[in-house]
Amino acid sequence: MAAVDDTMTEADAPTIIEVSPDDARRVQTPTEPNAQDGRKSDKLLKVRGLSTHFFTPDGVVQAVDDVSFELGYGETLGLVGESGCGKSVTALSIARLVPDPPGRIVSGEIEFDGIDVLKLDSDEMRHLRGKEIGFIFQDPLTSLNPTLTIGYQIAESIRQHMGLSRDAARDRVAELLGKVGIPRAKDRLNDYPHQFSGGMRQRVMIAIALSCDPKLILADEPTTALDVTIQAQILELIQRLSDEFHTAVLLITHDLGIAAGMCDRVNVMYAGRIVETGTVDELFESPRMPYAWGLLDSLPRLDDIRGDRLRTIEGLPPLLIQPPDACRFEPRCRFARDKCREDEPDLTPRAEPGHLARCWATEPGGWIP
Amino acid sequence: MPEAGTAPTAGQPDLIQVDDLKVHFPIRSGIFQTEVGTVKAVDGITFEVRRGETLGLVGESGCGKSTTGRAMIRLREPTAGTVTFDGIQLGTLKSEELRKMRRRMQIIFQDPYGSLDPRMTVGSIIAEPIETHRLASGSAKKERIADLLRIVGLDPNYVSRYPHEFSGGQRQRIGVARALAVEPEFIVCDEPISALDVSIQAQVLNLLTDLREQLGLTYLFIAHDLSVVKHISDRVAVMYLGKIVEIGPPDIMYANPAHPYTRALLSAVPVPDPVMERKRKRVILTGDVPSPVNPPEGCRFHTRCWLYERLGKPEQCRTIDPPVRMLQGDHGAACHFAEQAMQSDVGVSHIEMSPVRRGTPDAALAAIRPELAGAMSESATVDVSETVIGGPPTGGPSDADLVDGSDGSGRDDLPDPPATNAN
Amino acid sequence: MATQVAVQGQVAQRTRASAGLWSDAWSRLRKNKLALLGLILVIALLLLAIIGPFITPYSFSAQDLAGVRANRNQPLDPLQTAHILGTDQLGRDLLSRLMDGARISVSVAFVVQLVILAIGVPIGALAGWFGGRLDNLLMRFTDIVYAFPDLLFIIILTVAFRETFVGQAMDGLLLVFVAIGVTSWVTVARLVRGQLLSLKETEFVEAARAIGVSDRKIVTKHLLPNGIGPIIVAVTLGIPGAILAESVLAYIGIGVQPPRASWGSLIAEGQKWIRSEEHLVLFPAIAIALALISFTFLGDGLRDALDPKLKGKQ
Repeated sequence: MAAVDDTMTEADAPTIIEVSPDDARRVQTPTEPNAQDGRKSDKLLKVRGLSTHFFTPDGVVQAVDDVSFELGYGETLGLVGESGCGKSVTALSIARLVPDPPGRIVSGEIEFDGIDVLKLDSDEMRHLRGKEIGFIFQDPLTSLNPTLTIGYQIAESIRQHMGLSRDAARDRVAELLGKVGIPRAKDRLNDYPHQFSGGMRQRVMIAIALSCDPKLILADEPTTALDVTIQAQILELIQRLSDEFHTAVLLITHDLGIAAGMCDRVNVMYAGRIVETGTVDELFESPRMPYAWGLLDSLPRLDDIRGDRLRTIEGLPPLLIQPPDACRFEPRCRFARDKCREDEPDLTPRAEPGHLARCWATEPGGWIP
Repeated sequence: MPEAGTAPTAGQPDLIQVDDLKVHFPIRSGIFQTEVGTVKAVDGITFEVRRGETLGLVGESGCGKSTTGRAMIRLREPTAGTVTFDGIQLGTLKSEELRKMRRRMQIIFQDPYGSLDPRMTVGSIIAEPIETHRLASGSAKKERIADLLRIVGLDPNYVSRYPHEFSGGQRQRIGVARALAVEPEFIVCDEPISALDVSIQAQVLNLLTDLREQLGLTYLFIAHDLSVVKHISDRVAVMYLGKIVEIGPPDIMYANPAHPYTRALLSAVPVPDPVMERKRKRVILTGDVPSPVNPPEGCRFHTRCWLYERLGKPEQCRTIDPPVRMLQGDHGAACHFAEQAMQSDVGVSHIEMSPVRRGTPDAALAAIRPELAGAMSESATVDVSETVIGGPPTGGPSDADLVDGSDGSGRDDLPDPPATNAN
Repeated sequence: MATQVAVQGQVAQRTRASAGLWSDAWSRLRKNKLALLGLILVIALLLLAIIGPFITPYSFSAQDLAGVRANRNQPLDPLQTAHILGTDQLGRDLLSRLMDGARISVSVAFVVQLVILAIGVPIGALAGWFGGRLDNLLMRFTDIVYAFPDLLFIIILTVAFRETFVGQAMDGLLLVFVAIGVTSWVTVARLVRGQLLSLKETEFVEAARAIGVSDRKIVTKHLLPNGIGPIIVAVTLGIPGAILAESVLAYIGIGVQPPRASWGSLIAEGQKWIRSEEHLVLFPAIAIALALISFTFLGDGLRDALDPKLKGKQ
């Protein structure tokens, strides 16, 4: 306790970051023409028909079922949904980190920067994970080894994947820690994870994620364990650094507010499937799927009046063991008709290009215009 | 059907008065367990909770909000200061008197997994308060338990099930039923929805709102989410490092916060609107919250305060701990420079920019209920009727599995409020 | 991984029929083959101890002097005569003596654990529930007991009291029980204290307090039922240790008095004949090993079955 406090006083030095309207966000076009170097494909990540199932004693849980999406170089894509919707399993599948057993990728293709990820052997995969894909998880304490110093843990992957010498790696670590806003970075290289506060540990995780100049960062609920003001710091940091390094981010979150502020595009997931996808503006301005409506309705907002009732989504998500061949949201959907119970809709285009939804009602010719 | 406690007494509006409350925890170490310091979790706060109101208490983790809530119903012994409940000083009560007082004040916890004894059935969990206070026995008790389950929107047939068979939202409802069993007047809601999924949060929030209206309850609603607190509260108190830094009605306070910390908090809340997210001007506080073992001298926030920086680090911020000053009506703040804070544009720009609620479009509502089309966006009351017509009826009591709509609102089951507590 | 647990939790939550945590634990235990084997062996051992005296072919002290004399005063080998496992050199039937030894081992197993519970649970509970100074005092006391060399302490104790009434009771066994118990309650006391300390802070106990439930009821209705799982496991896993301790004591001649013999003293006696009549050592050793293994398997299985971390609680 005391150790943290002492070291934190420095960090408390009040240098206030004020984000003005103009630079609050990166420019909307994620792919800038001047950053074409080293690209082996038109998109950084292509996921096609990904299905990841968990083989449990109670049955096969179809945690992710036929999920397809693409992520451009330098783009930030949000995966939004409630717990158990398959968003984390999707990310784990991309990094081939699904615990096996009981989990297994049963079908689909994952192409990362022109490489077929599912065909790599475990050594190649480890290299890809260390070098090309960085990770930021919800709980930084469990992802850091408590018995090793911060400096060592970051330098480890740099030396392994970038072939730097011990000294060069150390310099780079100090530089990285400075970049992620850890004060007196050089002095803190020999500190252990428990000597950092939660927000600082998440900064360390970000430094590790960025250490090898990855092309993609998988951020799984990176700020869920943090307080609002610390969350704002971390989000700002992720946004600034992904811009600077031109890194693509796959951001997994349950918080629609975070998705609205961070992402270029958003995929909404429900019961193992993507139910709507589109640019962040499209999705928040005119969502075309009753589940997305329900989510937005459920959020209390700063402009609410006391005593307002929130419009809720009734019931619970379905079991993912043998889901019926019908719209998976139908049992909770107040707009459902017979068709929804008979057949599952596909992810089909809506008015704007790139905006797709999985809903019979809002399809052209459906009963909701 | 529980009856709310006593009817509101006119002329004595404050149900609870908290005076200079302090809760300190000693830090012991060594084999002789000598005290090496104190965590000043709550460090001198004064406020009142009025009868029938909902007071929201917000702050970041470790700011002392949960400890305050527990000290108010004497689940924690205060180190100093008093809590007066309806004219009775809780600190002076002997254990038997306190036990009787517990009928009047209850608590709902954050963790739906940890707050129910995993070895007890739902029936015995709800029976415990009834038995403890000898409120009913035999078939009357059974009926009462069934009633309580219906009130919180659960199927009375669930009595013999165990907590682990329920979802988070359903467990939270069981916790609410347990709290209601003694017919309390005051309930401390300690982050009751923070651990739940978004759609379930709204269900529980609606349940708490309904119960308040029908049973005339007074809430202390603890949360870290400013939007949730705004939604449910009549007044909001913001805590930072064991102190209240700002208190007031949310409409006034959120529109023009008088404490730099409140402004920073407001500006840090992510808003589900990409356009607004791009436009808003936010202050990002650097560093972490200082330790409550050794809080900063003077104003506790000055080490992270943007206004302190802007004003050129005035000395009084470092030396004098500002008390809460009433600024206008019910609105008060603990800042030497509250007026300057109110003149800044930090952290509030989004309020006036978000007058519309996006979500289900009118066109969709028109498709299922044409006559509602225009009315939807107008008033809150329509929302209520909307929930009732929405989807299939949520009864399904005998359904064997729990996937049915029983986690939904139990509106249809809610009995009419007794006439005595119509307000 | 959290995700996986969540997925499984969801399944568990929705598919299992209404069942208490105990029946839940039982269904888990049933799936564990080793634990089941342990359970069957433990039950067999218990049955043997209870009905053994009624089905033994001979009394444990009966001597087949004629048989031994016919064998040139040597112990009889197994399967040679009517004595299935042979006899010792006094002509006493080994099978009967093993079966009587089972009674001793079973009583050691259970009585010692009772002694341990009788001392350990109150001390741990007092320390955990009241905390503060009392906790500090009791825990330093347990530290001191823990630091004592167990075997030495037991030997001193048994030697010192051998001639008293306690030393003579139950063929000298009572003293052994008490001596082993007095040195081994520390683990249970610490466990109970730890359980209480953590359970005391749970929200469901806080809820009970907020309701106004009395302290006594909180302990009996909430703390004990929730804390009992690990205690059961510790007690089960402590049994082999007690059996072994008794055997060691018997081997060095302390404890049960002749003509009765525990498995340990059987080994001690048989040791003299180990070159020619290895069965006199072998069978008691197998008996001890089987008993130890069965209790260990069962204890391990119980731990997995009762471990709250594996519960469908996300």
